[in-house]
Amino acid sequence: MTAGLQAVHDSFPLLLHGALVTVEVTAMALVLGAVAGLAGGLARVSPLAPLRGLAAAYVSVIRGTPFIVQLFFVYYAFPQLGIRVPPMVAAVCCLAVYSGAYQTEIVRGAIQSIERGQIEAARSLGLSRAQSMRYVVLPQAFLRMLPPLGNEFVALTKNSALVSLVTVQELLLSAQLIISATFQNFSVYLTIGIMYYVMTSIVSTGTQLLERRLKVYV
Amino acid sequence: MTDQHGATPMIEVRALRKSFGEHEVLKGVDLAVARGEVVAIIGPSGSGKSTLLRCMNLLEQPSSGEVWFEGTQINLPGVDVNRVRMRMGMVFQLFNLFPHLTVLDNVTLAQTKVLRTGRDEAQERARALLAKVGLAAKEQAYPNSLSGGQKQRVAIARALAMRPAVMLFDEPTSALDPEMVQEVLATMDELVREGMTMVVVTHEMGFARRAADRIVFVDEGSIVAQAPPERFFGAPASARVRQFLEKIPT
Repeated sequence: MTAGLQAVHDSFPLLLHGALVTVEVTAMALVLGAVAGLAGGLARVSPLAPLRGLAAAYVSVIRGTPFIVQLFFVYYAFPQLGIRVPPMVAAVCCLAVYSGAYQTEIVRGAIQSIERGQIEAARSLGLSRAQSMRYVVLPQAFLRMLPPLGNEFVALTKNSALVSLVTVQELLLSAQLIISATFQNFSVYLTIGIMYYVMTSIVSTGTQLLERRLKVYV
Repeated sequence: MTDQHGATPMIEVRALRKSFGEHEVLKGVDLAVARGEVVAIIGPSGSGKSTLLRCMNLLEQPSSGEVWFEGTQINLPGVDVNRVRMRMGMVFQLFNLFPHLTVLDNVTLAQTKVLRTGRDEAQERARALLAKVGLAAKEQAYPNSLSGGQKQRVAIARALAMRPAVMLFDEPTSALDPEMVQEVLATMDELVREGMTMVVVTHEMGFARRAADRIVFVDEGSIVAQAPPERFFGAPASARVRQFLEKIPT
Protein backbone atom coordinates (compact mmCIF):
# COMPACT_ATOMS: atom_id res chain seq x y z
CA MET A 1 0.00 0.00 0.00
CA THR A 2 2.78 2.44 0.88
CA ALA A 3 4.51 1.60 -2.38
CA GLY A 4 1.26 2.54 -4.14
CA LEU A 5 1.01 5.86 -2.32
CA GLN A 6 4.66 6.50 -3.10
CA ALA A 7 4.04 5.81 -6.80
CA VAL A 8 1.06 8.17 -6.90
CA HIS A 9 3.00 10.81 -5.00
CA ASP A 10 6.04 10.61 -7.27
CA SER A 11 4.06 10.61 -10.48
CA PHE A 12 1.45 13.16 -9.45
CA PRO A 13 2.81 15.94 -11.68
CA LEU A 14 2.48 13.53 -14.61
CA LEU A 15 -1.12 12.71 -13.60
CA LEU A 16 -1.95 16.40 -13.23
CA HIS A 17 -0.54 17.05 -16.67
CA GLY A 18 -2.69 14.21 -18.00
CA ALA A 19 -5.74 15.68 -16.29
CA LEU A 20 -4.99 19.03 -17.87
CA VAL A 21 -4.88 17.38 -21.32
CA THR A 22 -8.23 15.71 -20.54
CA VAL A 23 -9.68 19.11 -19.63
CA GLU A 24 -8.28 20.64 -22.83
CA VAL A 25 -9.60 17.89 -25.08
CA THR A 26 -12.98 17.92 -23.36
CA ALA A 27 -13.32 21.71 -23.37
CA MET A 28 -12.48 22.02 -27.06
CA ALA A 29 -14.76 19.14 -27.99
CA LEU A 30 -17.50 20.65 -25.82
CA VAL A 31 -17.37 24.01 -27.58
CA LEU A 32 -17.16 22.50 -31.08
CA GLY A 33 -19.80 19.91 -30.19
CA ALA A 34 -22.15 22.61 -28.93
CA VAL A 35 -21.72 24.50 -32.22
CA ALA A 36 -22.43 21.28 -34.13
CA GLY A 37 -25.40 20.55 -31.86
CA LEU A 38 -26.93 24.00 -32.30
CA ALA A 39 -26.43 23.91 -36.07
CA GLY A 40 -27.71 20.33 -36.23
CA GLY A 41 -30.71 21.09 -34.02
CA LEU A 42 -31.69 24.13 -36.07
CA ALA A 43 -31.26 22.10 -39.26
CA ARG A 44 -33.53 19.40 -37.81
CA VAL A 45 -36.41 21.89 -37.46
CA SER A 46 -35.61 23.79 -40.67
CA PRO A 47 -38.34 24.32 -43.26
CA LEU A 48 -35.82 23.11 -45.87
CA ALA A 49 -36.18 19.35 -46.33
CA PRO A 50 -32.60 18.70 -47.58
CA LEU A 51 -31.21 20.39 -44.46
CA ARG A 52 -33.49 18.31 -42.24
CA GLY A 53 -32.42 15.15 -44.06
CA LEU A 54 -28.74 15.97 -43.76
CA ALA A 55 -29.02 16.57 -40.02
CA ALA A 56 -31.06 13.39 -39.54
CA ALA A 57 -28.43 11.37 -41.44
CA TYR A 58 -25.63 12.89 -39.32
CA VAL A 59 -27.38 11.92 -36.09
CA SER A 60 -28.28 8.47 -37.38
CA VAL A 61 -24.79 7.53 -38.56
CA ILE A 62 -22.88 8.94 -35.59
CA ARG A 63 -25.23 7.49 -32.98
CA GLY A 64 -25.42 4.20 -34.83
CA THR A 65 -21.70 3.40 -34.82
CA PRO A 66 -19.27 2.99 -31.89
CA PHE A 67 -17.22 6.04 -31.02
CA ILE A 68 -14.05 4.00 -30.98
CA VAL A 69 -14.67 2.89 -34.58
CA GLN A 70 -15.18 6.50 -35.65
CA LEU A 71 -11.96 7.51 -33.90
CA PHE A 72 -9.90 4.65 -35.40
CA PHE A 73 -11.40 5.37 -38.80
CA VAL A 74 -10.15 8.95 -38.71
CA TYR A 75 -6.80 8.13 -37.12
CA TYR A 76 -5.91 4.87 -38.91
CA ALA A 77 -8.04 4.77 -42.07
CA PHE A 78 -7.70 8.38 -43.27
CA PRO A 79 -3.91 8.01 -43.77
CA GLN A 80 -4.68 5.33 -46.37
CA LEU A 81 -6.35 8.13 -48.35
CA GLY A 82 -3.27 10.27 -47.81
CA ILE A 83 -4.85 12.31 -45.02
CA ARG A 84 -2.71 12.19 -41.89
CA VAL A 85 -4.54 13.54 -38.87
CA PRO A 86 -2.52 14.48 -35.76
CA PRO A 87 -3.73 12.57 -32.66
CA MET A 88 -4.96 15.66 -30.82
CA VAL A 89 -6.91 16.88 -33.85
CA ALA A 90 -8.47 13.46 -34.41
CA ALA A 91 -9.38 13.25 -30.73
CA VAL A 92 -11.03 16.67 -30.48
CA CYS A 93 -12.84 16.42 -33.82
CA CYS A 94 -14.18 12.92 -33.24
CA LEU A 95 -15.40 13.75 -29.74
CA ALA A 96 -17.02 16.96 -31.02
CA VAL A 97 -18.76 15.23 -33.91
CA TYR A 98 -19.91 12.41 -31.63
CA SER A 99 -21.20 14.68 -28.89
CA GLY A 100 -22.67 17.06 -31.48
CA ALA A 101 -24.99 14.30 -32.71
CA TYR A 102 -26.44 13.83 -29.23
CA GLN A 103 -26.61 17.58 -28.69
CA THR A 104 -28.46 17.93 -32.00
CA GLU A 105 -31.25 15.80 -30.61
CA ILE A 106 -31.24 17.72 -27.33
CA VAL A 107 -31.52 21.05 -29.18
CA ARG A 108 -34.23 19.73 -31.50
CA GLY A 109 -36.26 18.35 -28.62
CA ALA A 110 -36.03 21.59 -26.64
CA ILE A 111 -37.02 23.73 -29.64
CA GLN A 112 -39.98 21.50 -30.41
CA SER A 113 -41.09 21.58 -26.78
CA ILE A 114 -41.77 25.34 -26.97
CA GLU A 115 -45.49 25.92 -27.42
CA ARG A 116 -46.63 26.73 -30.95
CA GLY A 117 -48.39 29.80 -29.59
CA GLN A 118 -45.03 31.41 -28.83
CA ILE A 119 -44.01 31.37 -32.49
CA GLU A 120 -47.49 32.46 -33.55
CA ALA A 121 -47.39 35.42 -31.17
CA ALA A 122 -43.93 36.41 -32.41
CA ARG A 123 -44.90 36.06 -36.08
CA SER A 124 -48.17 37.95 -35.51
CA LEU A 125 -46.08 40.92 -34.31
CA GLY A 126 -44.15 40.89 -37.59
CA LEU A 127 -41.01 39.11 -36.43
CA SER A 128 -39.45 36.94 -39.13
CA ARG A 129 -39.00 33.21 -38.66
CA ALA A 130 -35.33 33.74 -37.79
CA GLN A 131 -36.10 36.56 -35.35
CA SER A 132 -38.79 34.46 -33.66
CA MET A 133 -36.25 31.69 -33.25
CA ARG A 134 -33.52 34.03 -31.97
CA TYR A 135 -35.52 36.18 -29.54
CA VAL A 136 -38.45 33.99 -28.49
CA VAL A 137 -37.86 30.26 -29.01
CA LEU A 138 -34.14 29.72 -28.38
CA PRO A 139 -33.91 31.62 -25.07
CA GLN A 140 -36.73 29.47 -23.69
CA ALA A 141 -35.44 26.30 -25.33
CA PHE A 142 -31.96 26.89 -23.87
CA LEU A 143 -33.29 26.56 -20.33
CA ARG A 144 -34.96 23.26 -21.21
CA MET A 145 -31.75 22.02 -22.88
CA LEU A 146 -29.60 22.56 -19.81
CA PRO A 147 -30.36 19.40 -17.79
CA PRO A 148 -29.83 16.99 -20.72
CA LEU A 149 -26.85 19.05 -21.90
CA GLY A 150 -25.33 18.69 -18.45
CA ASN A 151 -25.62 14.91 -18.79
CA GLU A 152 -24.10 15.09 -22.25
CA PHE A 153 -21.13 17.17 -21.02
CA VAL A 154 -20.49 14.62 -18.27
CA ALA A 155 -20.62 11.83 -20.85
CA LEU A 156 -18.21 13.75 -23.05
CA THR A 157 -15.76 14.18 -20.18
CA LYS A 158 -15.78 10.44 -19.55
CA ASN A 159 -15.61 9.53 -23.25
CA SER A 160 -12.46 11.61 -23.52
CA ALA A 161 -10.61 8.68 -21.87
CA LEU A 162 -11.03 6.76 -25.14
CA VAL A 163 -8.73 9.10 -27.02
CA SER A 164 -5.85 7.53 -25.07
CA LEU A 165 -6.15 4.81 -27.73
CA VAL A 166 -4.82 7.16 -30.40
CA THR A 167 -1.79 8.17 -28.29
CA VAL A 168 -3.16 11.38 -26.82
CA GLN A 169 -1.49 11.44 -23.43
CA GLU A 170 -4.44 12.46 -21.33
CA LEU A 171 -5.26 11.23 -17.86
CA LEU A 172 -5.87 7.54 -18.63
CA LEU A 173 -2.80 7.12 -20.81
CA SER A 174 -0.64 8.95 -18.27
CA ALA A 175 -1.91 6.53 -15.62
CA GLN A 176 -1.10 3.53 -17.81
CA LEU A 177 2.42 4.79 -18.41
CA ILE A 178 2.95 5.16 -14.67
CA ILE A 179 1.54 1.69 -14.03
CA SER A 180 3.80 0.11 -16.64
CA ALA A 181 6.76 1.48 -14.70
CA THR A 182 5.49 0.90 -11.13
CA PHE A 183 2.88 -1.90 -11.45
CA GLN A 184 0.71 -0.01 -8.91
CA ASN A 185 -2.63 -0.69 -10.63
CA PHE A 186 -4.78 -0.25 -7.54
CA SER A 187 -3.51 3.12 -6.32
CA VAL A 188 -3.13 4.71 -9.72
CA TYR A 189 -6.54 3.68 -11.12
CA LEU A 190 -8.19 4.67 -7.84
CA THR A 191 -6.49 8.05 -8.07
CA ILE A 192 -7.54 8.81 -11.62
CA GLY A 193 -11.05 7.55 -10.84
CA ILE A 194 -11.26 10.20 -8.16
CA MET A 195 -9.83 12.81 -10.52
CA TYR A 196 -12.42 11.98 -13.18
CA TYR A 197 -15.14 12.16 -10.56
CA VAL A 198 -14.01 15.62 -9.48
CA MET A 199 -14.03 16.80 -13.09
CA THR A 200 -17.50 15.46 -13.86
CA SER A 201 -18.83 16.87 -10.57
CA ILE A 202 -17.59 20.32 -11.53
CA VAL A 203 -19.29 20.01 -14.93
CA SER A 204 -22.65 18.89 -13.54
CA THR A 205 -22.62 21.41 -10.68
CA GLY A 206 -21.76 24.13 -13.18
CA THR A 207 -24.73 23.38 -15.40
CA GLN A 208 -27.05 23.14 -12.37
CA LEU A 209 -25.92 26.57 -11.15
CA LEU A 210 -26.42 28.03 -14.62
CA GLU A 211 -29.89 26.51 -14.77
CA ARG A 212 -30.83 28.01 -11.40
CA ARG A 213 -29.57 31.42 -12.46
CA LEU A 214 -31.50 31.41 -15.73
CA LYS A 215 -34.69 30.09 -14.18
CA VAL A 216 -35.83 33.45 -12.82
CA TYR A 217 -39.01 33.60 -14.90
CA VAL A 218 -40.47 30.13 -14.33
CA MET B 1 -61.68 46.39 -54.47
CA THR B 2 -64.37 48.86 -53.33
CA ASP B 3 -67.66 48.31 -51.60
CA GLN B 4 -70.84 50.11 -52.56
CA HIS B 5 -69.76 53.25 -50.65
CA GLY B 6 -66.56 53.46 -52.62
CA ALA B 7 -64.20 52.96 -49.65
CA THR B 8 -61.52 50.28 -49.63
CA PRO B 9 -62.18 47.72 -46.89
CA MET B 10 -59.51 47.32 -44.24
CA ILE B 11 -59.65 43.54 -44.58
CA GLU B 12 -61.48 41.46 -47.11
CA VAL B 13 -61.61 37.74 -47.72
CA ARG B 14 -63.09 36.31 -50.88
CA ALA B 15 -64.18 32.73 -51.51
CA LEU B 16 -61.94 31.68 -48.66
CA ARG B 17 -61.50 27.95 -48.23
CA LYS B 18 -59.32 26.13 -45.74
CA SER B 19 -58.90 22.40 -45.27
CA PHE B 20 -56.90 20.48 -42.72
CA GLY B 21 -56.29 17.17 -44.45
CA GLU B 22 -59.66 15.77 -45.48
CA HIS B 23 -61.55 18.13 -43.21
CA GLU B 24 -62.81 21.34 -44.82
CA VAL B 25 -63.05 23.98 -42.08
CA LEU B 26 -63.94 27.00 -44.23
CA LYS B 27 -66.20 26.43 -47.20
CA GLY B 28 -65.97 29.58 -49.24
CA VAL B 29 -66.26 32.64 -46.99
CA ASP B 30 -66.67 36.23 -48.19
CA LEU B 31 -66.29 38.99 -45.63
CA ALA B 32 -65.21 42.64 -45.77
CA VAL B 33 -64.33 44.69 -42.71
CA ALA B 34 -64.46 48.47 -43.16
CA ARG B 35 -62.03 50.94 -41.62
CA GLY B 36 -63.18 51.71 -38.07
CA GLU B 37 -65.67 48.85 -38.03
CA VAL B 38 -66.00 46.41 -35.15
CA VAL B 39 -67.04 42.95 -36.30
CA ALA B 40 -67.89 40.21 -33.82
CA ILE B 41 -67.62 36.68 -35.19
CA ILE B 42 -69.70 34.21 -33.24
CA GLY B 43 -70.71 30.61 -33.71
CA PRO B 44 -70.44 27.17 -32.13
CA SER B 45 -67.02 25.68 -31.40
CA GLY B 46 -65.53 23.97 -34.41
CA SER B 47 -67.49 26.20 -36.75
CA GLY B 48 -64.30 27.64 -38.30
CA LYS B 49 -64.52 31.13 -36.81
CA SER B 50 -61.00 31.07 -35.33
CA THR B 51 -59.60 29.67 -38.56
CA LEU B 52 -61.29 32.50 -40.44
CA LEU B 53 -59.61 35.03 -38.14
CA ARG B 54 -56.24 33.30 -38.40
CA CYS B 55 -56.44 33.35 -42.20
CA MET B 56 -56.73 37.15 -42.07
CA ASN B 57 -53.11 37.58 -40.93
CA LEU B 58 -52.02 34.35 -42.64
CA LEU B 59 -51.22 32.44 -39.47
CA GLU B 60 -53.17 29.88 -41.48
CA GLN B 61 -52.52 29.69 -45.22
CA PRO B 62 -55.86 29.56 -47.04
CA SER B 63 -56.30 26.50 -49.25
CA SER B 64 -57.89 28.75 -51.84
CA GLY B 65 -59.47 32.17 -52.11
CA GLU B 66 -58.12 35.65 -51.54
CA VAL B 67 -57.15 37.71 -48.51
CA TRP B 68 -56.88 41.47 -49.00
CA PHE B 69 -55.51 44.04 -46.58
CA GLU B 70 -55.68 47.79 -47.17
CA GLY B 71 -56.31 47.25 -50.86
CA THR B 72 -53.56 44.69 -51.51
CA GLN B 73 -53.92 40.96 -51.89
CA ILE B 74 -51.62 39.45 -49.29
CA ASN B 75 -51.88 35.69 -49.87
CA LEU B 76 -49.69 35.79 -52.95
CA PRO B 77 -46.11 34.56 -53.32
CA GLY B 78 -43.65 37.41 -52.94
CA VAL B 79 -45.73 39.39 -50.45
CA ASP B 80 -43.68 40.28 -47.36
CA VAL B 81 -46.01 38.78 -44.79
CA ASN B 82 -44.00 40.25 -41.90
CA ARG B 83 -44.73 43.77 -43.09
CA VAL B 84 -48.42 42.93 -43.25
CA ARG B 85 -48.54 41.27 -39.85
CA MET B 86 -46.88 44.17 -38.06
CA ARG B 87 -49.89 46.28 -39.11
CA MET B 88 -52.37 43.71 -37.74
CA GLY B 89 -52.36 43.21 -33.98
CA MET B 90 -53.44 39.83 -32.72
CA VAL B 91 -54.61 38.76 -29.29
CA PHE B 92 -54.80 35.05 -28.52
CA GLN B 93 -57.04 32.98 -26.30
CA LEU B 94 -54.04 31.70 -24.33
CA PHE B 95 -52.27 35.11 -24.25
CA ASN B 96 -48.98 33.70 -25.58
CA LEU B 97 -46.89 36.21 -23.68
CA PHE B 98 -43.15 35.58 -23.85
CA PRO B 99 -42.48 34.03 -20.41
CA HIS B 100 -38.73 34.66 -20.47
CA LEU B 101 -39.19 38.42 -20.87
CA THR B 102 -40.48 40.96 -18.38
CA VAL B 103 -43.80 42.64 -19.07
CA LEU B 104 -41.95 45.71 -20.32
CA ASP B 105 -39.73 43.65 -22.65
CA ASN B 106 -42.77 41.80 -23.98
CA VAL B 107 -44.12 45.16 -25.14
CA THR B 108 -40.81 46.49 -26.50
CA LEU B 109 -39.41 43.40 -28.30
CA ALA B 110 -41.20 43.78 -31.63
CA GLN B 111 -40.88 47.56 -31.55
CA THR B 112 -37.10 47.35 -31.41
CA LYS B 113 -36.65 44.31 -33.67
CA VAL B 114 -39.31 44.91 -36.30
CA LEU B 115 -39.94 48.67 -36.28
CA ARG B 116 -36.29 49.36 -35.32
CA THR B 117 -37.48 51.84 -32.74
CA GLY B 118 -34.78 52.99 -30.31
CA ARG B 119 -34.82 51.38 -26.89
CA ASP B 120 -35.80 54.52 -24.94
CA GLU B 121 -38.59 55.43 -27.30
CA ALA B 122 -39.89 51.85 -27.33
CA GLN B 123 -39.90 51.74 -23.53
CA GLU B 124 -41.65 55.08 -23.34
CA ARG B 125 -44.38 53.83 -25.63
CA ALA B 126 -44.58 50.52 -23.74
CA ARG B 127 -44.98 52.34 -20.42
CA ALA B 128 -47.73 54.53 -21.83
CA LEU B 129 -49.59 51.46 -23.11
CA LEU B 130 -49.12 49.56 -19.86
CA ALA B 131 -50.54 52.58 -18.01
CA LYS B 132 -53.46 52.58 -20.41
CA VAL B 133 -54.29 48.92 -19.66
CA GLY B 134 -53.77 49.58 -15.94
CA LEU B 135 -50.54 47.63 -15.48
CA ALA B 136 -47.91 50.34 -15.11
CA ALA B 137 -46.84 48.85 -11.77
CA LYS B 138 -46.12 45.43 -13.32
CA GLU B 139 -43.52 46.40 -15.92
CA GLN B 140 -40.70 44.49 -14.24
CA ALA B 141 -42.84 41.41 -13.48
CA TYR B 142 -42.56 38.19 -15.47
CA PRO B 143 -45.78 36.95 -17.12
CA ASN B 144 -46.03 33.84 -14.96
CA SER B 145 -46.57 36.03 -11.88
CA LEU B 146 -49.64 37.71 -13.42
CA SER B 147 -53.30 36.70 -13.34
CA GLY B 148 -55.00 35.66 -16.57
CA GLY B 149 -56.73 39.00 -16.93
CA GLN B 150 -53.48 40.87 -16.40
CA LYS B 151 -51.72 38.65 -18.95
CA GLN B 152 -54.36 39.36 -21.55
CA ARG B 153 -54.13 43.11 -20.94
CA VAL B 154 -50.34 42.92 -21.41
CA ALA B 155 -50.96 40.98 -24.62
CA ILE B 156 -53.24 43.77 -25.83
CA ALA B 157 -50.58 46.37 -24.97
CA ARG B 158 -47.98 44.26 -26.80
CA ALA B 159 -50.10 44.22 -29.95
CA LEU B 160 -50.93 47.94 -29.70
CA ALA B 161 -47.24 48.81 -29.41
CA MET B 162 -46.89 48.15 -33.13
CA ARG B 163 -49.51 50.86 -33.90
CA PRO B 164 -51.63 48.35 -35.83
CA ALA B 165 -54.32 49.41 -38.27
CA VAL B 166 -56.57 46.59 -37.10
CA MET B 167 -56.78 44.34 -34.05
CA LEU B 168 -57.73 40.68 -34.32
CA PHE B 169 -59.01 38.99 -31.16
CA ASP B 170 -59.23 35.21 -31.01
CA GLU B 171 -61.55 34.37 -28.10
CA PRO B 172 -59.68 36.77 -25.81
CA THR B 173 -61.71 35.97 -22.69
CA SER B 174 -62.40 32.25 -23.16
CA ALA B 175 -59.49 31.11 -21.00
CA LEU B 176 -60.20 33.55 -18.16
CA ASP B 177 -61.85 33.05 -14.81
CA PRO B 178 -65.25 34.80 -14.82
CA GLU B 179 -64.16 37.64 -12.53
CA MET B 180 -61.34 38.55 -14.93
CA VAL B 181 -63.42 38.70 -18.06
CA GLN B 182 -64.73 42.19 -17.36
CA GLU B 183 -61.32 43.85 -16.98
CA VAL B 184 -60.29 42.57 -20.41
CA LEU B 185 -63.60 43.53 -22.00
CA ALA B 186 -63.29 47.03 -20.46
CA THR B 187 -59.91 47.40 -22.17
CA MET B 188 -61.45 46.30 -25.46
CA ASP B 189 -64.39 48.71 -24.98
CA GLU B 190 -61.87 51.52 -24.73
CA LEU B 191 -60.29 50.50 -28.04
CA VAL B 192 -63.74 50.54 -29.62
CA ARG B 193 -64.30 54.08 -28.32
CA GLU B 194 -60.99 55.15 -29.86
CA GLY B 195 -62.24 53.97 -33.24
CA MET B 196 -59.93 50.96 -33.66
CA THR B 197 -60.90 48.56 -36.42
CA MET B 198 -61.51 45.24 -34.69
CA VAL B 199 -62.41 41.68 -35.59
CA VAL B 200 -63.36 39.74 -32.48
CA VAL B 201 -64.08 36.04 -32.28
CA THR B 202 -66.01 35.74 -29.05
CA HIS B 203 -68.59 33.98 -26.95
CA GLU B 204 -69.26 37.18 -24.98
CA MET B 205 -72.67 38.15 -26.32
CA GLY B 206 -72.85 41.16 -23.99
CA PHE B 207 -69.69 42.60 -25.53
CA ALA B 208 -70.81 41.73 -29.06
CA ARG B 209 -74.16 43.42 -28.50
CA ARG B 210 -72.79 46.68 -27.09
CA ALA B 211 -69.51 47.03 -28.97
CA ALA B 212 -69.93 45.49 -32.41
CA ASP B 213 -71.21 47.27 -35.51
CA ARG B 214 -71.96 43.90 -37.04
CA ILE B 215 -72.40 40.34 -35.84
CA VAL B 216 -71.21 37.58 -38.16
CA PHE B 217 -72.53 34.12 -37.38
CA VAL B 218 -70.37 31.25 -38.64
CA ASP B 219 -71.57 27.66 -38.69
CA GLU B 220 -69.94 24.63 -40.31
CA GLY B 221 -67.44 26.70 -42.25
CA SER B 222 -69.83 29.25 -43.73
CA ILE B 223 -71.26 32.62 -42.77
CA VAL B 224 -74.94 31.80 -42.27
CA ALA B 225 -76.12 35.17 -40.95
CA GLN B 226 -74.82 38.68 -40.42
CA ALA B 227 -76.54 41.80 -39.16
CA PRO B 228 -76.15 44.77 -36.82
CA PRO B 229 -76.53 43.63 -33.19
CA GLU B 230 -80.06 45.01 -32.62
CA ARG B 231 -81.37 43.10 -35.59
CA PHE B 232 -79.20 40.03 -35.06
CA PHE B 233 -80.32 39.52 -31.46
CA GLY B 234 -83.77 41.11 -31.82
CA ALA B 235 -84.95 39.25 -34.87
CA PRO B 236 -82.72 36.22 -35.53
CA ALA B 237 -82.51 35.56 -39.23
CA SER B 238 -82.90 31.81 -39.04
CA ALA B 239 -83.86 28.90 -36.85
CA ARG B 240 -80.16 27.96 -36.62
CA VAL B 241 -79.23 31.35 -35.16
CA ARG B 242 -82.16 31.26 -32.73
CA GLN B 243 -81.17 27.77 -31.63
CA PHE B 244 -77.58 28.94 -30.99
CA LEU B 245 -78.63 32.05 -29.09
CA GLU B 246 -80.96 30.07 -26.84
CA LYS B 247 -78.04 27.98 -25.61
CA ILE B 248 -75.77 30.89 -24.78
CA PRO B 249 -76.28 33.54 -22.08
CA THR B 250 -76.66 36.99 -23.63
